[in-house]
Amino acid sequence: MKRFLSTAVLFASFALLAGCPSKPEVKPEPPPESTANTSGADNSGATAEDTDAAGPSGELLSKRVVYFDFDKAEIRADSQSVVAAHAAFLAKNPNQKVRLEGHADERGSREYNIGLGERRGQTVRRAMLLQGVAEAQLTTVSYGEERPAVAGSDEQAYAANRRVEIVYLK
Amino acid sequence: MRKLATASLIAALGLAAPVFAQLEITITSGVTDPIPIAVVPFERAVPADGGIDVAAIIQRDLESSGRFKAMARTDMLSRPTTASAIDVLAWKQQRNDYVVVGRLTAGASGSVTVEADLVNVLTGQPLPLGKKWTAGPGKLRNAAHKAADAVFEAIIGVRGAFATQIAYVSVDGQPPNQRYQLIVADADGEGPTVILERNRPIMSPAWSPDGAMLAYVSFESKSSAVYVQNVRTGQRSRVSARAGINGAPTWSPDGKKLALTLSGSGGNLDVYLLDLASQQLRRLTDDPGIDTEASFSPDGSTIYFTSDRSGNPQIYRLTLNSSDRPKRVTFTGAYNARPRVSPDGKQLAVLTLEDGGYRIGVQDLGNGTLQVLTKGRQDESPSFAPNGAMVILAGRQGGRGVLQTVSIDGQTSLRLNADAGEVREPVWGPYLP
Repeated sequence: MKRFLSTAVLFASFALLAGCPSKPEVKPEPPPESTANTSGADNSGATAEDTDAAGPSGELLSKRVVYFDFDKAEIRADSQSVVAAHAAFLAKNPNQKVRLEGHADERGSREYNIGLGERRGQTVRRAMLLQGVAEAQLTTVSYGEERPAVAGSDEQAYAANRRVEIVYLK
Repeated sequence: MRKLATASLIAALGLAAPVFAQLEITITSGVTDPIPIAVVPFERAVPADGGIDVAAIIQRDLESSGRFKAMARTDMLSRPTTASAIDVLAWKQQRNDYVVVGRLTAGASGSVTVEADLVNVLTGQPLPLGKKWTAGPGKLRNAAHKAADAVFEAIIGVRGAFATQIAYVSVDGQPPNQRYQLIVADADGEGPTVILERNRPIMSPAWSPDGAMLAYVSFESKSSAVYVQNVRTGQRSRVSARAGINGAPTWSPDGKKLALTLSGSGGNLDVYLLDLASQQLRRLTDDPGIDTEASFSPDGSTIYFTSDRSGNPQIYRLTLNSSDRPKRVTFTGAYNARPRVSPDGKQLAVLTLEDGGYRIGVQDLGNGTLQVLTKGRQDESPSFAPNGAMVILAGRQGGRGVLQTVSIDGQTSLRLNADAGEVREPVWGPYLP
C-alpha cells in the first residue's frame, strides 16, 4: 500500500465545515455471519473488491492525506481543496470507490481514539457526499492511534498522525 | 501470508510462536519499610521438579509486590525444610520477621506436591497456610505462585495475585509496517505464549470471567471486528463484524454477554450488549457523541463507560434494566476515559489528564474522590488485579511502550520491561480454579 506522507502544514486554520453535523440514526445491523468458527487459521486478506489501487494523479489528486488539528474533526482550510478535488473526481467516476481511513495521534485512550478517527473519516465522507459523491462509493474505517504514519511522541509526529487517508480501491 | 497462517496454526495448537518481547520485572518503588522475610530453598523432588526453584519463585513474587525484602541465600546459616527445624532465635537475630520453608514430593504420573510452612520468628508462631499444592507436569511454577499467594495473604491479609495471568499486545517494526501479537503470560511475565499474530492492529483484549477466553478487536479483514478466542485451544469465533466500528469488548460477569461499541455506517459510536449464545443485540446508549469503553459492575447491574456528550470525555454510569439516563460520575479534570470497575465494585480505575500528563487514577465511587497513582505523560489502559490491590497499566519509557503495575495506595510500583518491541494494553486475568 502506498502512503503519501506530505509534510503537515502547521498554521492556524479555520474550519469551513464547523460544528458537529447531526448524524443519521443508526440502527443495529442484523447479526453478521456470526458464530462461524474461524479457528485462527484464516487471515481474511484483501478481496477483489477492496484491493488498493493507484488512483488518479494530478497536483491535488495525488495528495491522499487530510490532516486535522488536535482533538478536532473539522477539515482545515488547507485541506479543503484536496477533499474537493477527490470529491469532483469521484462524482465524475461513479464506479470508483474509496476507503476513508481515519486516524488519531497517540495521546489518550485507544478506544476513544478509534471514535476520534471515525469522526474524522465521517467528516470527509460527509463533505464528499455534499459535493455529489454517491454513498456507495465511500466506506470509512477508523484505526484510531493503532496505525501511525510516523513514530515519535512530539508535536510533529502527532500532527502527521492526525489524519484521514483517502485510499482508492480497485 | 504463509507466515501468518503458520503463526495461527501454532496458536491454534497452543504452542509458543516466537515472542517479540520477553518481560522483565524492575521494582520502581516499594513501601518505605518492607517486611524482612527469608524464603529457604525447598527440599527438592529430583527429577520430577524439572530443576524449578520453587523458593526462588515465591521470593521473587513477594519482592515484586514491593512489600517484602528477602534475605540473600548466601546469608542463610542453615537450610531447614520443616517448621520444627527452624531455629527461631537465630533467624530473628539475622533480622527476619518471617521464614518460609517447604518441601516438594513427587507423586503419580509426574506430578509434584508443594508443601510450605510460614513461621513468624518474632513470636515463634507458625501461620497456617491451610493447604498444599499439587501440580501436574509443567505446572510447578503455577503451584509456586499459589504458595506465594497464600504466604502473602497470611501476612498482609489480602490474597496475592501471583498465580494469575496477564494478556497484552506486543508490536514490532516501524510504522506503517508493524506486526502485532496478542500474548498471554504469567503475572510475572514468564511463559509468554503468542495466541494471535497479525500484520494489522490487534487491540482491546478482555478476559472472560472464567479466564478461559479472550475477546479482542482485530483489523485483519481491513475493518474492525470483535473475536472471542479460547486461550488454550486457540479456537476462535468472530462475534461482531458489523458495518463501521466493532470495538471495546468487555464480558458481563456471568460470561454470557459482551458489551461492545458499534458505530454502524453512520459513524455514531454507542454501547451495545451482545448475547453470545443467541447473537441478540441490545442498544444500551443512544447519543450523538462518542460512547465507548464499557465496564461492568461486579453484580452486572450497571455499566460505566466513556462519553464525550458533554464536550470532552468523561465517565458515565448506566443502570441496566432501568429507564434512567446515564449519570456522569467523573468531574475532576478535562479528560477521563477507559473506566475499569474494581473487583469489589467500590472503585473505578480511569485514564485521567493531570498537569498535561495522561495518568492512571482510582476514583472512589462512594465519595467521588480521585487519587492519581502514576506520574507518566502517556499512561493508559488500567486493569485491576483480581485481588483489587494492584492495577496493571501501559506507560512509555524511553519512547517505547512498557507495562507497569501500581498498588492502589500508590505506594508500590514495578515495571515489566520488554527486551524488544513495544508492549501495551495489559489486562489482568481472573483467579483460576
